[in-house]
Amino acid sequence: MVQVSYYILLSGILFSIGVLGFLIRRNVMVVFMSVELMLNAANLALVSFAKEMGLMSGQVMVFLVMTVAAAEAGVGLAIIILFYRNRKSANVDDGNLMKW
Amino acid sequence: MEFVFFIIFGLVAVVSALSVILQRNPVYSALSLIITLGSIAGLFILQNAFFLAFIQVIVYAGAIMVLFLFVIMLLNLRKDEFGPEKRKLQRFFALVFSALILIELFIVVRYIILGRAEKGLSLQADFGTPQLVGRLLFSDYLFPFEITSILLLIAMVGAIFLARREE
Repeated sequence: MVQVSYYILLSGILFSIGVLGFLIRRNVMVVFMSVELMLNAANLALVSFAKEMGLMSGQVMVFLVMTVAAAEAGVGLAIIILFYRNRKSANVDDGNLMKW
Repeated sequence: MEFVFFIIFGLVAVVSALSVILQRNPVYSALSLIITLGSIAGLFILQNAFFLAFIQVIVYAGAIMVLFLFVIMLLNLRKDEFGPEKRKLQRFFALVFSALILIELFIVVRYIILGRAEKGLSLQADFGTPQLVGRLLFSDYLFPFEITSILLLIAMVGAIFLARREE
């Protein structure tokens, strides 16, 4: 029997790795993958709490999060393709058109 | 027994997550992310979320990651764009702030979640099965479920509109 706190800790570690990747990487694809990593860490925490509380609502919520992640991946990748077509690069630093 | 599997899946998830953010080549990052998603699916099974584990493998590790790899191949990046990432100062602050988030989570777990008495609930027999998830989705969560379909439609239209070439 693994306590719920171990799962929350693991989820926290994965989330921090996602934050770190989001901040240190400049390749737009890897930045996007870090976001997926953070979403998955949150899903893991939701599933752990669902088991701890004995409620199914948490698992239904994870299902909805996955759907939103799929929609986000579709639109995000379309934006990345557009970005690459206009800037001929996949570096987030080149996305400076709307920067003051 | 559950603890052994927890350690195995947890270690694989953390190591491959580190590999996602440290690999130079985005293709290797994507492949590492697939391993992370697979081990998270294993952790879902350990917690009676059978339906979600299958969805995780089919939708995430299958569909979404294929889309990722497809776009990486489509971008056809040259080798020099993987190059070393300078900006020492930003890297330092990134390390500090992600460590802060981690410490904050540790404190929350240490003082709030560990402090509570374990409930030790006995779960109902069909907890996490597709039947129960489906029944909930079509009764209590019918409205969010329907909204989700509209969201997917909007995402599909948006993606096609964005990626289409101007004639």
